[in-house]
Amino acid sequence: MRRGGAWAWGFVAPALLLIGFYLAYPTVQTIYLSFMDRRSEHFVGLSNYVRLLTSTAMLTAFRNNLLWLVVFTAGTVGLGLLMAVLTDRVRYEAAAKALIFLPMAISFVGAGVIWKFMYAYQPPGVPQIGLANQVMVMLGQQPRGWLVERPWVNNLALIAVGVWIWTGFAMVVLSAAYKAIPKELLEAARVDGATEWQVFWRISLPVIQSTVAVVATTMIINVLKVFDIVYVMTNGNFGTEVMANRMYKEMFEYQDFGRASAIAVILFLAIVPIMLANIRRFRRQEATR
Amino acid sequence: MALAWVLPTLGLLVSSLRPAPDVARTGWWTVFANPFDLTRWTLANYRHVLGQQGLAQAFLNSFIITVPATVLPILVASFAAFAFAWLDFPGRSWLFLVVVGFLVVPLQMTFVPILKIYSETGLAGTFVGIWLAHTGYGLPFAVYLMRNFFGSLPGELFESAYIDGASPLSAFFRLALPMSTPALASLAIFQFLWVWNDLLVALIYLGGGARTGPLTLKLSSLVGSYGQEWHVLTAAAFISMLVPVALFFALQRYFVRGILAGAVKG
Repeated sequence: MRRGGAWAWGFVAPALLLIGFYLAYPTVQTIYLSFMDRRSEHFVGLSNYVRLLTSTAMLTAFRNNLLWLVVFTAGTVGLGLLMAVLTDRVRYEAAAKALIFLPMAISFVGAGVIWKFMYAYQPPGVPQIGLANQVMVMLGQQPRGWLVERPWVNNLALIAVGVWIWTGFAMVVLSAAYKAIPKELLEAARVDGATEWQVFWRISLPVIQSTVAVVATTMIINVLKVFDIVYVMTNGNFGTEVMANRMYKEMFEYQDFGRASAIAVILFLAIVPIMLANIRRFRRQEATR
Repeated sequence: MALAWVLPTLGLLVSSLRPAPDVARTGWWTVFANPFDLTRWTLANYRHVLGQQGLAQAFLNSFIITVPATVLPILVASFAAFAFAWLDFPGRSWLFLVVVGFLVVPLQMTFVPILKIYSETGLAGTFVGIWLAHTGYGLPFAVYLMRNFFGSLPGELFESAYIDGASPLSAFFRLALPMSTPALASLAIFQFLWVWNDLLVALIYLGGGARTGPLTLKLSSLVGSYGQEWHVLTAAAFISMLVPVALFFALQRYFVRGILAGAVKG
Protein backbone atom coordinates (compact mmCIF):
# COMPACT_ATOMS: atom_id res chain seq x y z
CA MET A 1 0.00 0.00 0.00
CA ARG A 2 1.54 3.24 -1.08
CA ARG A 3 0.42 6.69 -0.12
CA GLY A 4 0.34 9.28 -2.80
CA GLY A 5 -1.56 12.25 -4.15
CA ALA A 6 -1.24 15.55 -2.38
CA TRP A 7 1.46 14.31 -0.01
CA ALA A 8 3.70 13.23 -2.85
CA TRP A 9 3.38 16.54 -4.67
CA GLY A 10 4.16 18.38 -1.46
CA PHE A 11 7.33 16.32 -1.12
CA VAL A 12 8.61 16.80 -4.65
CA ALA A 13 7.43 20.36 -5.27
CA PRO A 14 10.39 22.23 -3.72
CA ALA A 15 12.90 20.13 -5.64
CA LEU A 16 11.01 20.44 -8.91
CA LEU A 17 10.63 24.20 -8.51
CA LEU A 18 14.33 24.68 -7.85
CA ILE A 19 15.38 22.40 -10.69
CA GLY A 20 12.90 24.12 -12.94
CA PHE A 21 14.26 27.55 -12.10
CA TYR A 22 17.97 26.74 -11.99
CA LEU A 23 18.26 24.09 -14.69
CA ALA A 24 15.22 23.59 -16.90
CA TYR A 25 14.20 27.17 -17.63
CA PRO A 26 17.76 28.46 -18.20
CA THR A 27 18.53 25.58 -20.55
CA VAL A 28 15.61 26.51 -22.79
CA GLN A 29 16.34 30.21 -22.44
CA THR A 30 20.02 29.78 -23.34
CA ILE A 31 19.11 27.96 -26.53
CA TYR A 32 16.85 30.88 -27.39
CA LEU A 33 19.49 33.51 -26.51
CA SER A 34 22.06 31.81 -28.68
CA PHE A 35 20.09 33.01 -31.70
CA MET A 36 20.06 36.62 -30.47
CA ASP A 37 22.65 39.39 -30.68
CA ARG A 38 25.12 40.30 -27.95
CA ARG A 39 22.57 42.17 -25.85
CA SER A 40 19.75 39.71 -26.55
CA GLU A 41 17.72 42.35 -28.41
CA HIS A 42 17.61 41.24 -32.02
CA PHE A 43 17.25 37.90 -33.66
CA VAL A 44 20.40 37.06 -35.60
CA GLY A 45 19.74 33.51 -36.71
CA LEU A 46 22.72 31.25 -36.85
CA SER A 47 25.32 34.00 -37.06
CA ASN A 48 26.68 33.43 -33.54
CA TYR A 49 27.30 29.83 -34.43
CA VAL A 50 28.84 30.67 -37.77
CA ARG A 51 31.22 33.18 -36.20
CA LEU A 52 32.20 30.77 -33.48
CA LEU A 53 32.80 27.88 -35.80
CA THR A 54 35.05 30.02 -37.98
CA SER A 55 37.02 31.92 -35.33
CA THR A 56 40.55 30.75 -34.66
CA ALA A 57 40.19 31.15 -30.90
CA MET A 58 37.21 28.81 -30.87
CA LEU A 59 38.84 26.31 -33.20
CA THR A 60 41.81 26.14 -30.83
CA ALA A 61 39.35 25.56 -28.01
CA PHE A 62 37.65 22.75 -29.92
CA ARG A 63 40.96 21.14 -30.72
CA ASN A 64 42.06 21.34 -27.11
CA ASN A 65 38.78 19.98 -25.78
CA LEU A 66 39.19 17.06 -28.13
CA LEU A 67 42.76 16.53 -26.94
CA TRP A 68 41.52 16.65 -23.33
CA LEU A 69 38.77 14.21 -24.19
CA VAL A 70 41.14 11.60 -25.55
CA VAL A 71 44.17 11.99 -23.29
CA PHE A 72 42.32 12.77 -20.07
CA THR A 73 39.80 9.95 -20.44
CA ALA A 74 42.41 7.40 -21.45
CA GLY A 75 44.75 8.63 -18.71
CA THR A 76 42.27 8.53 -15.83
CA VAL A 77 40.64 5.26 -16.82
CA GLY A 78 43.95 3.57 -17.69
CA LEU A 79 45.85 4.73 -14.61
CA GLY A 80 42.80 4.17 -12.41
CA LEU A 81 42.52 0.61 -13.63
CA LEU A 82 46.23 0.00 -13.20
CA MET A 83 46.15 1.31 -9.66
CA ALA A 84 43.01 -0.60 -8.80
CA VAL A 85 44.76 -3.82 -9.79
CA LEU A 86 48.10 -2.91 -8.20
CA THR A 87 46.72 -1.66 -4.88
CA ASP A 88 44.72 -4.85 -4.60
CA ARG A 89 47.99 -6.65 -3.96
CA VAL A 90 49.94 -4.36 -1.66
CA ARG A 91 49.86 -4.56 2.11
CA TYR A 92 49.07 -0.94 2.77
CA GLU A 93 46.14 -0.88 0.40
CA ALA A 94 43.98 1.55 2.38
CA ALA A 95 46.79 4.05 2.90
CA ALA A 96 47.97 3.90 -0.69
CA LYS A 97 44.44 4.42 -1.96
CA ALA A 98 43.85 7.33 0.39
CA LEU A 99 46.95 9.10 -0.90
CA ILE A 100 46.02 8.62 -4.53
CA PHE A 101 42.48 9.67 -3.82
CA LEU A 102 43.50 12.76 -1.87
CA PRO A 103 43.58 15.23 -4.77
CA MET A 104 39.81 14.75 -5.12
CA ALA A 105 39.45 16.75 -1.91
CA ILE A 106 41.62 19.59 -3.18
CA SER A 107 39.97 22.31 -5.21
CA PHE A 108 40.92 22.69 -8.85
CA VAL A 109 42.24 26.11 -7.96
CA GLY A 110 44.42 24.66 -5.23
CA ALA A 111 45.60 21.98 -7.63
CA GLY A 112 46.33 24.72 -10.16
CA VAL A 113 48.64 26.47 -7.69
CA ILE A 114 50.30 23.20 -6.72
CA TRP A 115 51.07 22.37 -10.31
CA LYS A 116 52.09 25.84 -11.39
CA PHE A 117 54.71 25.45 -8.71
CA MET A 118 55.65 21.98 -10.00
CA TYR A 119 56.11 23.45 -13.46
CA ALA A 120 57.95 26.60 -12.31
CA TYR A 121 60.74 27.58 -14.70
CA GLN A 122 64.17 29.00 -13.91
CA PRO A 123 66.75 29.68 -16.59
CA PRO A 124 69.39 26.97 -17.11
CA GLY A 125 72.31 27.21 -14.68
CA VAL A 126 70.22 28.63 -11.84
CA PRO A 127 68.86 26.17 -9.22
CA GLN A 128 65.39 25.03 -10.24
CA ILE A 129 62.52 25.45 -7.77
CA GLY A 130 59.96 23.46 -9.74
CA LEU A 131 60.20 19.72 -9.35
CA ALA A 132 59.42 18.99 -13.01
CA ASN A 133 62.38 21.00 -14.21
CA GLN A 134 64.64 19.69 -11.45
CA VAL A 135 63.97 16.22 -12.79
CA MET A 136 64.78 17.42 -16.29
CA VAL A 137 68.08 18.89 -15.08
CA MET A 138 68.93 15.69 -13.23
CA LEU A 139 68.31 13.78 -16.44
CA GLY A 140 70.78 16.07 -18.15
CA GLN A 141 68.12 18.00 -20.11
CA GLN A 142 67.43 21.72 -20.38
CA PRO A 143 64.63 23.05 -18.14
CA ARG A 144 61.44 23.73 -20.13
CA GLY A 145 58.70 26.29 -19.90
CA TRP A 146 56.00 23.67 -19.45
CA LEU A 147 53.08 26.03 -19.58
CA VAL A 148 54.17 28.17 -22.51
CA GLU A 149 55.51 25.64 -25.00
CA ARG A 150 52.79 25.19 -27.55
CA PRO A 151 50.94 23.45 -28.93
CA TRP A 152 51.40 20.11 -27.20
CA VAL A 153 53.66 20.43 -24.19
CA ASN A 154 51.52 22.98 -22.37
CA ASN A 155 48.21 21.32 -23.15
CA LEU A 156 49.52 17.97 -22.01
CA ALA A 157 50.92 19.64 -18.89
CA LEU A 158 47.43 20.93 -18.05
CA ILE A 159 45.82 17.60 -18.80
CA ALA A 160 48.29 15.92 -16.44
CA VAL A 161 46.86 18.07 -13.65
CA GLY A 162 43.36 16.86 -14.47
CA VAL A 163 44.53 13.27 -14.51
CA TRP A 164 46.27 13.78 -11.19
CA ILE A 165 43.00 14.96 -9.66
CA TRP A 166 40.60 12.41 -11.14
CA THR A 167 42.59 9.16 -11.22
CA GLY A 168 41.70 8.52 -7.57
CA PHE A 169 38.02 8.61 -8.41
CA ALA A 170 38.44 6.17 -11.28
CA MET A 171 40.56 3.93 -9.07
CA VAL A 172 38.00 3.74 -6.26
CA VAL A 173 35.12 2.85 -8.55
CA LEU A 174 37.10 0.39 -10.64
CA SER A 175 38.63 -1.21 -7.60
CA ALA A 176 35.18 -1.89 -6.14
CA ALA A 177 34.19 -3.61 -9.36
CA TYR A 178 37.49 -5.49 -9.49
CA LYS A 179 37.02 -6.82 -5.98
CA ALA A 180 33.55 -8.06 -6.89
CA ILE A 181 34.94 -10.43 -9.53
CA PRO A 182 34.52 -13.99 -8.17
CA LYS A 183 38.00 -15.09 -7.12
CA GLU A 184 37.32 -18.68 -8.27
CA LEU A 185 37.01 -17.39 -11.82
CA LEU A 186 40.51 -15.91 -11.72
CA GLU A 187 41.96 -18.92 -9.92
CA ALA A 188 40.45 -21.30 -12.44
CA ALA A 189 42.11 -19.40 -15.27
CA ARG A 190 45.46 -19.37 -13.45
CA VAL A 191 45.22 -23.10 -12.79
CA ASP A 192 44.57 -23.60 -16.50
CA GLY A 193 47.89 -21.91 -17.13
CA ALA A 194 46.85 -18.40 -18.12
CA THR A 195 49.44 -15.68 -17.48
CA GLU A 196 48.51 -12.70 -15.29
CA TRP A 197 48.39 -10.62 -18.44
CA GLN A 198 45.87 -12.97 -20.07
CA VAL A 199 43.81 -13.20 -16.89
CA PHE A 200 43.52 -9.45 -16.86
CA TRP A 201 42.66 -8.92 -20.54
CA ARG A 202 40.48 -11.97 -21.09
CA ILE A 203 38.66 -12.24 -17.77
CA SER A 204 38.94 -9.28 -15.41
CA LEU A 205 38.44 -6.59 -18.00
CA PRO A 206 35.40 -8.13 -19.73
CA VAL A 207 33.72 -8.72 -16.35
CA ILE A 208 34.09 -5.13 -15.18
CA GLN A 209 33.47 -3.71 -18.65
CA SER A 210 30.25 -1.90 -17.72
CA THR A 211 31.92 -0.18 -14.78
CA VAL A 212 34.72 0.94 -17.06
CA ALA A 213 32.06 2.40 -19.34
CA VAL A 214 30.47 4.27 -16.42
CA VAL A 215 33.79 5.74 -15.35
CA ALA A 216 34.68 6.72 -18.90
CA THR A 217 31.28 8.39 -19.31
CA THR A 218 31.78 10.37 -16.12
CA MET A 219 35.21 11.45 -17.29
CA ILE A 220 33.95 12.54 -20.70
CA ILE A 221 31.25 14.65 -19.11
CA ASN A 222 33.84 16.15 -16.77
CA VAL A 223 36.27 16.90 -19.50
CA LEU A 224 33.84 18.77 -21.71
CA LYS A 225 33.17 21.20 -18.89
CA VAL A 226 36.80 21.62 -17.80
CA PHE A 227 37.32 25.19 -16.66
CA ASP A 228 39.07 25.87 -13.37
CA ILE A 229 42.41 24.29 -14.21
CA VAL A 230 42.81 26.25 -17.41
CA TYR A 231 41.41 29.46 -15.95
CA VAL A 232 43.87 29.45 -13.05
CA MET A 233 46.98 28.13 -14.76
CA THR A 234 47.07 29.82 -18.15
CA ASN A 235 43.67 31.50 -18.64
CA GLY A 236 43.69 30.01 -22.10
CA ASN A 237 46.85 31.82 -23.20
CA PHE A 238 49.61 30.22 -25.27
CA GLY A 239 47.09 28.16 -27.23
CA THR A 240 45.55 26.33 -24.27
CA GLU A 241 42.03 27.71 -24.60
CA VAL A 242 39.08 25.41 -23.86
CA MET A 243 35.39 25.91 -24.54
CA ALA A 244 34.25 26.64 -20.99
CA ASN A 245 36.94 29.26 -20.47
CA ARG A 246 36.14 30.81 -23.82
CA MET A 247 32.51 31.08 -22.81
CA TYR A 248 33.46 32.84 -19.60
CA LYS A 249 35.49 35.34 -21.63
CA GLU A 250 32.70 35.99 -24.13
CA MET A 251 30.35 36.59 -21.24
CA PHE A 252 32.42 38.87 -19.01
CA GLU A 253 35.23 40.29 -21.09
CA TYR A 254 33.33 40.90 -24.33
CA GLN A 255 29.84 41.09 -22.81
CA ASP A 256 28.49 39.05 -25.69
CA PHE A 257 25.63 37.00 -24.30
CA GLY A 258 24.64 35.68 -27.70
CA ARG A 259 27.97 34.06 -28.36
CA ALA A 260 28.41 32.90 -24.78
CA SER A 261 25.03 31.16 -25.05
CA ALA A 262 25.97 29.60 -28.36
CA ILE A 263 29.11 28.08 -26.81
CA ALA A 264 27.00 26.66 -23.99
CA VAL A 265 24.65 25.13 -26.54
CA ILE A 266 27.53 23.55 -28.46
CA LEU A 267 28.81 22.13 -25.18
CA PHE A 268 25.35 20.80 -24.46
CA LEU A 269 24.99 19.23 -27.90
CA ALA A 270 28.26 17.41 -27.33
CA ILE A 271 26.89 15.95 -24.12
CA VAL A 272 23.42 14.98 -25.38
CA PRO A 273 24.47 11.66 -26.97
CA ILE A 274 26.19 10.65 -23.74
CA MET A 275 23.11 11.65 -21.78
CA LEU A 276 20.83 9.57 -24.01
CA ALA A 277 23.08 6.55 -23.65
CA ASN A 278 22.96 7.01 -19.89
CA ILE A 279 19.20 7.25 -19.76
CA ARG A 280 18.90 4.07 -21.82
CA ARG A 281 21.26 2.26 -19.52
CA PHE A 282 19.40 3.58 -16.48
CA ARG A 283 16.06 2.39 -17.89
CA ARG A 284 17.44 -1.08 -18.53
CA GLN A 285 18.72 -1.19 -15.01
CA GLU A 286 15.42 -0.05 -13.51
CA ALA A 287 13.65 -2.72 -15.54
CA THR A 288 15.77 -5.42 -13.94
CA ARG A 289 15.41 -4.03 -10.43
CA MET B 1 53.13 5.16 -7.03
CA ALA B 2 51.16 6.54 -4.13
CA LEU B 3 54.21 8.49 -3.02
CA ALA B 4 54.59 10.04 -6.43
CA TRP B 5 50.96 11.11 -6.13
CA VAL B 6 51.53 13.13 -2.94
CA LEU B 7 54.82 14.73 -3.96
CA PRO B 8 53.19 17.81 -5.49
CA THR B 9 51.07 18.42 -2.39
CA LEU B 10 54.03 17.80 -0.12
CA GLY B 11 56.05 20.35 -2.07
CA LEU B 12 53.30 22.88 -1.53
CA LEU B 13 53.20 22.27 2.20
CA VAL B 14 56.97 22.44 2.63
CA SER B 15 57.25 25.62 0.56
CA SER B 16 54.50 27.36 2.47
CA LEU B 17 56.57 26.90 5.63
CA ARG B 18 59.84 28.25 4.23
CA PRO B 19 61.10 31.84 4.32
CA ALA B 20 60.34 33.77 1.14
CA PRO B 21 63.93 34.21 -0.13
CA ASP B 22 64.56 30.47 0.24
CA VAL B 23 61.43 29.55 -1.68
CA ALA B 24 62.47 31.79 -4.53
CA ARG B 25 66.07 30.59 -4.65
CA THR B 26 66.19 26.86 -3.99
CA GLY B 27 63.99 23.84 -4.53
CA TRP B 28 61.75 22.79 -1.65
CA TRP B 29 63.32 19.34 -1.54
CA THR B 30 66.61 20.87 -0.35
CA VAL B 31 65.19 21.25 3.19
CA PHE B 32 65.37 17.53 3.60
CA ALA B 33 69.15 17.78 3.68
CA ASN B 34 68.87 19.44 7.13
CA PRO B 35 65.25 18.98 8.17
CA PHE B 36 65.91 20.08 11.77
CA ASP B 37 67.55 23.38 10.94
CA LEU B 38 64.81 25.56 12.43
CA THR B 39 66.02 28.76 10.80
CA ARG B 40 64.80 27.34 7.49
CA TRP B 41 61.19 27.10 8.69
CA THR B 42 58.75 29.93 9.34
CA LEU B 43 55.07 30.73 9.79
CA ALA B 44 55.52 34.22 8.37
CA ASN B 45 53.84 33.34 5.07
CA TYR B 46 50.68 32.33 6.87
CA ARG B 47 50.67 35.46 8.99
CA HIS B 48 51.14 37.49 5.83
CA VAL B 49 48.33 35.96 3.76
CA LEU B 50 45.86 35.82 6.64
CA GLY B 51 46.53 39.42 7.64
CA GLN B 52 47.41 41.50 4.61
CA GLN B 53 45.87 39.43 1.85
CA GLY B 54 42.44 39.23 3.49
CA LEU B 55 42.43 35.48 3.39
CA ALA B 56 40.82 35.27 6.81
CA GLN B 57 37.73 37.02 5.44
CA ALA B 58 37.65 34.68 2.43
CA PHE B 59 37.91 31.71 4.76
CA LEU B 60 34.89 32.94 6.66
CA ASN B 61 33.02 33.59 3.41
CA SER B 62 33.68 30.05 2.29
CA PHE B 63 31.99 28.79 5.45
CA ILE B 64 29.07 31.19 5.11
CA ILE B 65 28.54 29.97 1.55
CA THR B 66 29.16 26.28 2.09
CA VAL B 67 27.16 25.40 5.18
CA PRO B 68 23.68 26.48 4.01
CA ALA B 69 24.51 25.34 0.47
CA THR B 70 25.12 21.87 1.90
CA VAL B 71 22.14 21.60 4.25
CA LEU B 72 19.54 23.08 1.92
CA PRO B 73 19.90 20.74 -1.08
CA ILE B 74 20.11 17.66 1.13
CA LEU B 75 16.85 18.54 2.85
CA VAL B 76 15.00 19.38 -0.36
CA ALA B 77 16.42 16.36 -2.16
CA SER B 78 15.56 13.94 0.64
CA PHE B 79 11.91 14.94 0.55
CA ALA B 80 11.75 14.50 -3.20
CA ALA B 81 13.73 11.27 -3.16
CA PHE B 82 11.39 9.82 -0.55
CA ALA B 83 8.39 10.60 -2.72
CA PHE B 84 10.10 9.11 -5.76
CA ALA B 85 10.87 5.94 -3.83
CA TRP B 86 7.83 5.36 -1.64
CA LEU B 87 4.89 7.54 -2.65
CA ASP B 88 2.60 7.17 -5.61
CA PHE B 89 1.80 9.95 -7.99
CA PRO B 90 1.22 10.25 -11.71
CA GLY B 91 4.37 10.71 -13.80
CA ARG B 92 6.60 9.49 -11.00
CA SER B 93 9.18 7.49 -12.93
CA TRP B 94 9.10 9.90 -15.83
CA LEU B 95 9.80 12.90 -13.63
CA PHE B 96 12.60 11.07 -11.87
CA LEU B 97 14.22 10.35 -15.20
CA VAL B 98 14.05 14.03 -16.11
CA VAL B 99 15.66 14.99 -12.81
CA VAL B 100 18.49 12.51 -13.34
CA GLY B 101 18.88 13.72 -16.91
CA PHE B 102 19.80 17.17 -15.58
CA LEU B 103 22.87 15.58 -13.99
CA VAL B 104 24.73 16.03 -17.23
CA VAL B 105 23.50 19.44 -18.37
CA PRO B 106 26.58 21.64 -18.30
CA LEU B 107 26.16 24.39 -15.74
CA GLN B 108 27.41 26.75 -18.40
CA MET B 109 23.98 26.37 -20.02
CA THR B 110 22.31 28.11 -17.11
CA PHE B 111 24.51 31.08 -16.34
CA VAL B 112 23.31 33.71 -18.79
CA PRO B 113 19.56 33.58 -18.02
CA ILE B 114 19.99 33.23 -14.27
CA LEU B 115 22.53 36.01 -14.09
CA LYS B 116 20.03 38.26 -15.88
CA ILE B 117 17.30 37.45 -13.38
CA TYR B 118 19.76 37.86 -10.53
CA SER B 119 20.86 41.31 -11.60
CA GLU B 120 17.26 42.43 -12.06
CA THR B 121 16.23 41.18 -8.63
CA GLY B 122 19.40 42.22 -6.81
CA LEU B 123 20.37 38.64 -5.99
CA ALA B 124 23.67 38.94 -7.84
CA GLY B 125 26.59 39.17 -5.43
CA THR B 126 24.54 38.00 -2.43
CA PHE B 127 24.94 34.91 -0.31
CA VAL B 128 21.26 34.02 -0.67
CA GLY B 129 21.67 33.96 -4.42
CA ILE B 130 24.59 31.59 -4.30
CA TRP B 131 22.97 29.33 -1.68
CA LEU B 132 19.96 28.87 -3.91
CA ALA B 133 22.09 28.36 -7.02
CA HIS B 134 24.17 25.64 -5.39
CA THR B 135 20.97 24.04 -4.13
CA GLY B 136 19.48 23.96 -7.60
CA TYR B 137 22.67 22.61 -9.15
CA GLY B 138 23.22 20.02 -6.46
CA LEU B 139 19.71 18.60 -6.56
CA PRO B 140 19.89 16.13 -9.47
CA PHE B 141 22.77 14.22 -7.91
CA ALA B 142 21.34 14.46 -4.39
CA VAL B 143 17.88 13.26 -5.45
CA TYR B 144 19.46 10.43 -7.40
CA LEU B 145 21.67 9.24 -4.56
CA MET B 146 18.96 9.47 -1.89
CA ARG B 147 16.34 7.83 -4.07
CA ASN B 148 18.72 4.88 -4.60
CA PHE B 149 19.20 4.60 -0.87
CA PHE B 150 15.55 4.98 0.12
CA GLY B 151 14.65 2.49 -2.58
CA SER B 152 16.82 -0.10 -0.89
CA LEU B 153 14.96 0.16 2.43
CA PRO B 154 12.42 -2.63 3.06
CA GLY B 155 8.90 -1.71 1.93
CA GLU B 156 7.13 -3.56 4.74
CA LEU B 157 8.55 -1.01 7.12
CA PHE B 158 6.56 1.81 5.58
CA GLU B 159 3.45 -0.30 5.10
CA SER B 160 3.28 -1.21 8.77
CA ALA B 161 3.88 2.40 9.69
CA TYR B 162 0.94 3.46 7.53
CA ILE B 163 -1.25 0.74 9.06
CA ASP B 164 -0.39 2.16 12.46
CA GLY B 165 -1.73 5.45 11.19
CA ALA B 166 1.49 7.29 10.40
CA SER B 167 1.43 10.00 7.77
CA PRO B 168 4.07 10.08 5.01
CA LEU B 169 5.60 13.02 6.85
CA SER B 170 6.17 11.06 10.03
CA ALA B 171 7.29 8.00 8.06
CA PHE B 172 9.88 10.27 6.44
CA PHE B 173 11.14 11.91 9.62
CA ARG B 174 10.83 8.95 12.00
CA LEU B 175 11.84 6.09 9.71
CA ALA B 176 13.48 7.04 6.43
CA LEU B 177 15.82 9.82 7.61
CA PRO B 178 17.18 8.10 10.74
CA MET B 179 17.91 4.97 8.74
CA SER B 180 19.79 6.92 6.09
CA THR B 181 22.66 8.32 8.13
CA PRO B 182 25.37 6.73 5.94
CA ALA B 183 23.81 8.02 2.73
CA LEU B 184 23.17 11.45 4.22
CA ALA B 185 26.74 11.62 5.49
CA SER B 186 28.29 10.77 2.16
CA LEU B 187 26.00 13.15 0.34
CA ALA B 188 26.84 15.90 2.83
CA ILE B 189 30.57 15.39 2.28
CA PHE B 190 30.11 15.47 -1.45
CA GLN B 191 28.04 18.60 -1.51
CA PHE B 192 30.34 20.27 1.02
CA LEU B 193 33.46 19.55 -1.02
CA TRP B 194 31.83 20.54 -4.25
CA VAL B 195 30.66 23.90 -2.92
CA TRP B 196 33.84 24.59 -0.96
CA ASN B 197 36.01 23.85 -3.98
CA ASP B 198 33.80 25.57 -6.51
CA LEU B 199 35.24 28.48 -8.45
CA LEU B 200 32.99 28.89 -11.47
CA VAL B 201 29.64 29.37 -9.74
CA ALA B 202 31.16 31.82 -7.26
CA LEU B 203 32.90 33.69 -10.04
CA ILE B 204 29.66 34.08 -11.98
CA TYR B 205 27.20 34.95 -9.23
CA LEU B 206 29.41 36.72 -6.71
CA GLY B 207 31.59 38.58 -9.19
CA GLY B 208 35.19 39.22 -8.18
CA GLY B 209 34.30 41.05 -4.95
CA ALA B 210 36.55 40.63 -1.92
CA ARG B 211 33.71 41.21 0.54
CA THR B 212 31.80 38.06 -0.35
CA GLY B 213 34.37 36.04 -2.30
CA PRO B 214 35.24 32.54 -1.07
CA LEU B 215 38.75 31.13 -0.80
CA THR B 216 38.88 29.72 -4.31
CA LEU B 217 38.10 33.14 -5.76
CA LYS B 218 40.68 34.84 -3.57
CA LEU B 219 43.26 32.23 -4.44
CA SER B 220 42.71 32.52 -8.16
CA SER B 221 43.08 36.29 -8.01
CA LEU B 222 46.29 35.87 -6.02
CA VAL B 223 47.60 33.63 -8.78
CA GLY B 224 46.87 36.45 -11.20
CA SER B 225 48.57 39.18 -9.21
CA TYR B 226 51.32 37.27 -7.38
CA GLY B 227 52.23 34.87 -10.20
CA GLN B 228 55.79 34.24 -9.04
CA GLU B 229 55.51 34.97 -5.32
CA TRP B 230 55.45 31.37 -4.32
CA HIS B 231 55.62 31.95 -0.59
CA VAL B 232 52.29 33.84 -0.76
CA LEU B 233 50.64 31.40 -3.13
CA THR B 234 51.67 28.20 -1.42
CA ALA B 235 50.52 29.39 2.01
CA ALA B 236 47.21 30.62 0.59
CA ALA B 237 46.65 27.40 -1.33
CA PHE B 238 47.35 25.35 1.74
CA ILE B 239 44.86 27.32 3.81
CA SER B 240 42.21 26.74 1.15
CA MET B 241 42.90 22.99 1.30
CA LEU B 242 42.86 22.73 5.07
CA VAL B 243 39.16 22.12 5.59
CA PRO B 244 38.45 19.74 2.67
CA VAL B 245 41.56 17.68 3.34
CA ALA B 246 40.78 17.41 7.06
CA LEU B 247 37.24 16.43 6.17
CA PHE B 248 38.57 13.93 3.68
CA PHE B 249 40.78 12.15 6.18
CA ALA B 250 38.14 12.20 8.91
CA LEU B 251 35.27 10.91 6.80
CA GLN B 252 37.07 9.11 4.00
CA ARG B 253 34.99 5.98 4.36
CA TYR B 254 31.70 7.79 3.79
CA PHE B 255 33.15 9.77 0.92
CA VAL B 256 34.20 6.61 -0.91
CA ARG B 257 30.86 4.95 -0.17
CA GLY B 258 29.08 7.95 -1.63
CA ILE B 259 31.10 7.75 -4.83
CA LEU B 260 30.32 4.09 -5.17
CA ALA B 261 26.61 4.64 -4.62
CA GLY B 262 26.63 7.37 -7.22
CA ALA B 263 28.78 5.72 -9.82
CA VAL B 264 28.63 1.95 -9.68
CA LYS B 265 24.88 1.68 -9.25
CA GLY B 266 24.43 4.46 -11.78
